[in-house]
Amino acid sequence: MFEHLDPLILARAQFAFTISFHFLFPSFTIGLASYLAVLEGLWLKTGNGVYHQLYAYWLRIFAVVFGMGVVSGLVMSYQFGTNWSAFSFRVGPIIGPLMAYEVMTAFFLEAGFLGVMLFGAGRVGRGMHCFATCMVALGTLISASWIIAANSWMHTPTGHAVNAQGQFVPAGPWLDIIFNPSFPYRLTHTVIASYLTTAMLVGGVGAWHLLKNRGDAAARKMFSMAMWMAALVTPLQIMAGDLHGRNTLTHQPVKVLAMEGDYAPSPQGAPLVLFGLPSDAEARVRHEVSLPGLGSLILLHDAKAPLPGLTDYPRDTWPPVAVVFWSFRLMVGLGLAMLTVGLWSLLARWRGRLYDWRWLHRAAVAVAPAGLVAVIAGWVTTEVGRQPYTVYGLLRTAHSASAIGAPALAMSLLAFIVVYGVVFGAGILYIIRMMARPPGAAPAANADHLPQRAAGITPAAAIVGAPPQGGVAGSARRGP
Amino acid sequence: MHVDLAVAWAAIIAFAVFAYVVMDGFDLGIGILFPSFAAGPQRDQAMNAIAPVWDGNETWLVMGGGGLLAAFPLAYAIILPATYPLMIAMLLGLVFRGVAFEFRGRDPRHRHLWDFGFCAGSTVAALAQGMTLGAILEGIPVVDGAYAGGWWHWLSGYSLLTGAALVVGYALLGATWLVWKTEGELQAQARRSARRLAVATLAALAAVSAATPFLAHDYWRRWFEMPGLVLTAPVPLLVGAVAWALLRGLRRGDERSPFLLALALFALGYLGLAVSIYPYLVPRSTTIWDAAAPPASQAFMLVGAVVIVPVILIYTAWAYRVFRGKVGSAGYH
Repeated sequence: MFEHLDPLILARAQFAFTISFHFLFPSFTIGLASYLAVLEGLWLKTGNGVYHQLYAYWLRIFAVVFGMGVVSGLVMSYQFGTNWSAFSFRVGPIIGPLMAYEVMTAFFLEAGFLGVMLFGAGRVGRGMHCFATCMVALGTLISASWIIAANSWMHTPTGHAVNAQGQFVPAGPWLDIIFNPSFPYRLTHTVIASYLTTAMLVGGVGAWHLLKNRGDAAARKMFSMAMWMAALVTPLQIMAGDLHGRNTLTHQPVKVLAMEGDYAPSPQGAPLVLFGLPSDAEARVRHEVSLPGLGSLILLHDAKAPLPGLTDYPRDTWPPVAVVFWSFRLMVGLGLAMLTVGLWSLLARWRGRLYDWRWLHRAAVAVAPAGLVAVIAGWVTTEVGRQPYTVYGLLRTAHSASAIGAPALAMSLLAFIVVYGVVFGAGILYIIRMMARPPGAAPAANADHLPQRAAGITPAAAIVGAPPQGGVAGSARRGP
Repeated sequence: MHVDLAVAWAAIIAFAVFAYVVMDGFDLGIGILFPSFAAGPQRDQAMNAIAPVWDGNETWLVMGGGGLLAAFPLAYAIILPATYPLMIAMLLGLVFRGVAFEFRGRDPRHRHLWDFGFCAGSTVAALAQGMTLGAILEGIPVVDGAYAGGWWHWLSGYSLLTGAALVVGYALLGATWLVWKTEGELQAQARRSARRLAVATLAALAAVSAATPFLAHDYWRRWFEMPGLVLTAPVPLLVGAVAWALLRGLRRGDERSPFLLALALFALGYLGLAVSIYPYLVPRSTTIWDAAAPPASQAFMLVGAVVIVPVILIYTAWAYRVFRGKVGSAGYH
């Protein structure tokens, strides 16, 4: 019943769906793991119980998000083979080793220390527990580095040759492959994005609880910490984005022109198209609202600098312009919203109103998901902007897919949509519920005498030396 | 010193797959047996026996898959499309299995649903893994370095047999792990299950062993002619001895030996598998040398693997040590 569908579109839809869902989780956990390491470190250093309260609060949320990241990530590591076997065969010798290093240096590290981080508070010393948290945080950053190296190589391939079977193989030092031209920019932009995503969510949750009870010490602390991040890191992110964009202009000009909506060349300097409806058929942006010269000023730092147009390049190398154009605007718009809240918090801090300016708190709640949405929008911009290639300029998406028929692809896509919708829908609901619980309040799940978490102990109680509630901690004394 | 990189990587991936099978095997086995434990403290206790370690155990599956992509991209590009529905089913099963650890504690009202998902997901994943093994052993049609069959090619009586065998075997690992890690009623229940499962695993091993040589002449020759015979001949004897010791250990009330002996059963089965397949990755079509990534790729990874994998094993052992001893049912007192 699905025979008339295009297998390539189905395979792409499946990959886009599974990776977008997956990306939500690590973009939160990369930042959250670092935040937890900071909180636990501050608690050990200062002994201030508020840090410990926040650690316990966010650890519960981290456990759920991380679990969803693990299971959705496992899917990704096999999707390369199921849906993109031609890509895997031809590019495996280059990106395979990068991913193998990700597994060996990051996944095992995260997984090995995660158990101790979540359940080991009563079984190891405080310093060791903090070390475990730091290892998990380090693992998330190492993981990001390898996978972004692999992804960046697909955008700006270097250091390779093509062998007789048509495989991309290493030629020369691996550092040329890892440190390909877009890697440093993409990694910086992505990691900062994760930190900002976390800051927005932590700040939004803090603001929500301040709106309910502005005396909540834990809510005040998390809101203040998050707003420092928002105020200091958003401008850095905009700078990193600017550098990344200029790097893209050098290596993937067509992508940037699609982002800008520049169909026609601009010999006297390109305008900045604010809004409009890109039309590939007419090769122009309809109902265009633009500011003259600003496009060149932003991209080339010179309002008069000439810029080519999409029409300078063959039509069959264009990405879908409208998708790239709109996702880019969404990302930038959300970035500006986050910047506004960050700067507003500085003003509030200066005027001594950080904890009682209710409109600031409402705004912080409103932008809580902005980081997550911006990450996905940015991801769509760069990945759809890479089309019609998987390895930019060298391997077309159409030549990357497995020879799987439309029925199998359609059925599996449907299965992913249903399962992810149910499972991750429930998970996101649980996270929101946990976030709605005030950070100062005792966890409520013990009411029915069932474990707090899968392995039972409340790390909080165990760390501060309260009597173990049985379970893992209790049985430590009984164990052999 | 000359190192055959392809052989070295085949050994590393074989190690990763075996590590996965035995370590996530007991996790999945507990999932498979989950409905036989009473809701409440028994199930919580069973969950606690694996909650701190399942993620690390599952990572060996990523290592096996990622390693195959990196070191033998051709084999990866043939096997995954050939077993497409099995792979998708396994991944979705592992989604339900993995989220259950956290979700069942977050939502007491729907805990029974996540428990069901935990069991169904574990069972489907185990079945799909066993059937994938069967499909590979039966042979995959390959034309010009790509899979050339339909999307139901993997389904056969033989692959159903290997699938069922792995479900039974994983359940045995899970039951014996619980004998080691738990106490009281749950341990007694696990011991009863383990006894039945040990017999069932032996029967499954015998059935698969009886069916495999008839799949293709090659397996017959490898098992019953020299030099394979040197390796295969002692296997049935060893299996018999291990099984006898396993059943005796369960009867005597041993706590650790049943799990270790169940591991030994798996190791013997795995040895038989290696004798059957080597040096093919896709039997009768693609050897490890056909599928090997260029030496520059394999050498680059080998340097890392030689250094990092031992470190992984050290901190994994440490993490298991942190959680040594019997688990409780947590909060229930």
